[in-house]
Amino acid sequence: MSDIVHDDLTESADDHDSHGHHESTGVDNRKLGMWFFLSSEFLFFGTLITNYLLFKGRDFGPGSIYPVEFYDIPFTSISSFVLLMSSLTMVLAHAALVRGDQNQTRTWLAATGMLGLVFVSGQFFEFTEFVNEGLKLTTNPAASAFFLLTGFHGIHVVVGVVLLLSLWGKSVRQPGGLSPEQGLSVELVGLYWHFVDIIWIVIFVVVYLIQ
Amino acid sequence: MATIAPQKIATVFRRPEATTGFWSWITTVDHKKIAVMYGYTAFGFFIVGGIEALLLRIQLAGPDGTFLTAAQYNGLFTTHAVTMIFLFVMPMASAFFNYLLPLMLGARDVAFPRMNAVSYWIFLFGGIFIYSSLFFATNPAPLGGNLPGGALDASPLGSIPNGGWFLYAPNSGTQFSPGTSIDYAALGLQILGIASLISAVNFIVTIFNMRTKGMRLLRMPVFVWMTLIVAFLLLFSLPIIAIALFMLTADRQFGSVFFVASSGGDPILWQNLFWLFGHPEVYILILPAMGMVSEVLPVFSRKPLFGYPAIVFAGGAIAFLGFGVWAHHMFSSDIPTVAQAAFGLSTMTIAIPTGIKIFNWIATIWGGRIRLKTPMLFSLGFVALFVIGGLSGVTHAIVPSDWQQTDTYYIVAHFHYVLFGGAVFGLFSGLYYWFPKLTGRMYNERLGQVHFGLMFLGTNLTFGPMHWLGLQGMVRRTWVYSADTGLGPWNMVVSIGAFIIALSIFVFMVNWTWSKRKGEIAPNDPWDARTLEWTIPSPTPEYNFGVEPTVTALDDFWHQKYDEDDEGRAVRRPEADELVDRLIEANGNPTTEIHLPAPSYFPIIAGFGMMLLAYGIIYHTRPWGIPLIVVGILMLISSLLGWGGEPLEEVHEEHLDGQGDSDHDPGSLDPNQESTPRELAGVED
Repeated sequence: MSDIVHDDLTESADDHDSHGHHESTGVDNRKLGMWFFLSSEFLFFGTLITNYLLFKGRDFGPGSIYPVEFYDIPFTSISSFVLLMSSLTMVLAHAALVRGDQNQTRTWLAATGMLGLVFVSGQFFEFTEFVNEGLKLTTNPAASAFFLLTGFHGIHVVVGVVLLLSLWGKSVRQPGGLSPEQGLSVELVGLYWHFVDIIWIVIFVVVYLIQ
Repeated sequence: MATIAPQKIATVFRRPEATTGFWSWITTVDHKKIAVMYGYTAFGFFIVGGIEALLLRIQLAGPDGTFLTAAQYNGLFTTHAVTMIFLFVMPMASAFFNYLLPLMLGARDVAFPRMNAVSYWIFLFGGIFIYSSLFFATNPAPLGGNLPGGALDASPLGSIPNGGWFLYAPNSGTQFSPGTSIDYAALGLQILGIASLISAVNFIVTIFNMRTKGMRLLRMPVFVWMTLIVAFLLLFSLPIIAIALFMLTADRQFGSVFFVASSGGDPILWQNLFWLFGHPEVYILILPAMGMVSEVLPVFSRKPLFGYPAIVFAGGAIAFLGFGVWAHHMFSSDIPTVAQAAFGLSTMTIAIPTGIKIFNWIATIWGGRIRLKTPMLFSLGFVALFVIGGLSGVTHAIVPSDWQQTDTYYIVAHFHYVLFGGAVFGLFSGLYYWFPKLTGRMYNERLGQVHFGLMFLGTNLTFGPMHWLGLQGMVRRTWVYSADTGLGPWNMVVSIGAFIIALSIFVFMVNWTWSKRKGEIAPNDPWDARTLEWTIPSPTPEYNFGVEPTVTALDDFWHQKYDEDDEGRAVRRPEADELVDRLIEANGNPTTEIHLPAPSYFPIIAGFGMMLLAYGIIYHTRPWGIPLIVVGILMLISSLLGWGGEPLEEVHEEHLDGQGDSDHDPGSLDPNQESTPRELAGVED
């Protein structure tokens, strides 16, 4: 006598520890998956950064301009600081959830998303300024590489903001706040968010500061 | 009888309920059904790619061929390569990964069943996207000239991508390829890459986390190990080609100048990025076949695999070294002499782990009581042909020699020996070996052997003479040669060989189609095998294992059946047959409640959205381009949120109800009856 039940529950086939199949490594499937996905992302940004370093000092003929001439370091420092702080609020959101404080989780999730949005807005402003001053995607390979690198980072931040806001939406909609299952989602989004942050620190140092 | 579980979840779409027929395939997340879809889709593309190869060979059969125009020839060799690599060998390997990983590990399914379905649908729509270039793409003549042999666009097949599968810059730039065909190739490869990346994460987590009790890493079958290594190769090489393809697309669509030399761009950068992906890619193609061969050889030699850890570590070493040899594809490009020497050396080191594998396989067969069944024949063919291809590969590591060979048919001969004689023979070996597992029936052995004989003959006739054609100076990717070169006779042999291969594939299709319906019923454990998938009924029940297996050793199943005599030879225990029957009986009649993931519409929607997005990028200057991008992104986001946003709490209760429910209908599960999961669902709400 037996039954086959199709779980609508979650992504993972063996999430339900009560049914016998423990993760062999002891790490949740989704967390492990996120780590491996991020390891791939390191190669993604590694290629982009290398690409920029390759072109940044090349001679493109007389009158060639370089991204470095356009950087507004104080401005970018502030937006970098904003993104850095968003990692702190992300940690606070997760810590609040671990404590079971749904109100604070909600607040810090929203704060993280907002800080992310501020950063993206800053990047949008920066791009607009650069283009107005004459540095475009089409100017030369160094400019192309700069926009591709920072653009892809910006897309990653936007994806993170969407994830954060969807979690925030759930925590507001659901009467009891986030469930323990969704607590894992907070942790996963946190992992992703910290990764995006770390990549920005590398970009800020390697691309902006080291000239 | 238990009632069918009512659907509690309120989502945008009605929850899928079909368990048989068309909709069950569209919404399935069962790794076995996904594997079957991968397999048939990949085989369909294999036929398409094969027909393309035959067209090329008709053109080249004699000197001054007029069957194809230059433009058609360029398109056909490009799509032949793209199809065989990305739409046949990789997805066919993925079919095996999907089907076998959970079975070999003793698991219910892969770690992320729905993501698995997403991979398949993205792959399918990526393939459709590339081939839609046949109808939608354009190939107008570049400024300042046209190819000899007729206008580019006008002829049939004239609009398919024509830049070679490597899409070398600057030929792939807008200056020399002003039409949209290259965009179809670049974005199509991007889509296929995303599908592979998702699979790679899925397979890695499955292997690390879904192992049954006692299945330590070094007790996993070699095939599982090779899958793990391939998944890591994908994980680390795909982001590189993704960036390269983004750069190419940005150059072509948005005016960036990465590869435009006149603006300071660097075409050689494309080569570096492409081969930094492209060389790991060749190991992505061959390692699954090596894994299958490592399963087949010991079974049909009735001996354990010789040097299991060495084979596993050699696989890892090949993968690791594979990231450090890419420039041997570029010896004739402008790279420094020191780099040429270094890459020549690193390329030679690949021969060491490869040699370890070959010698271990030979030692596995050595002294075994060999049964020359079709899977074994294909595995032996693999070893023989792969050695030939491997040896000619070593000659490419010697830089001056490579300068002579590069861009000649010698290279074509080399990589067809490793990819056709190697990977494809390995895949056929696997198809025959696991045919009883998939269908519950035996294939026709005689037809199988005819298939092998024809294919082995055809392979050597086709690719053998290419060695000397190449050394005589016949260049690749040229649609015509003149009679006074004297290349005609061997080219005729090559073309005849190609048709013999086609005939052998036809024999295979007849065998498959006939045996699937009319073949003998497969006995339990038909091959006297050693891995867990043979301890369950054939075809595999939906839940895989009725009883979660426990493993105590490498080749545990085999050790249960065999003992050693005084001289160390394997002797089948008298009670082995009974043991097999008992295991299969138990696994066909589960006694505990089994939870399987539910089907979903969202994977196919995500895959379709990805394709629309790609069309939108190509046509973003048209009025309907941007709306396509928006619709594509919305479909992607809504499907991802759709499945992520299913109200977990509610289902959790249903789930607990099911658990606490003891009033089940006994005998609701009969593995022999064509029962559907929803009928089986015993959850009363």
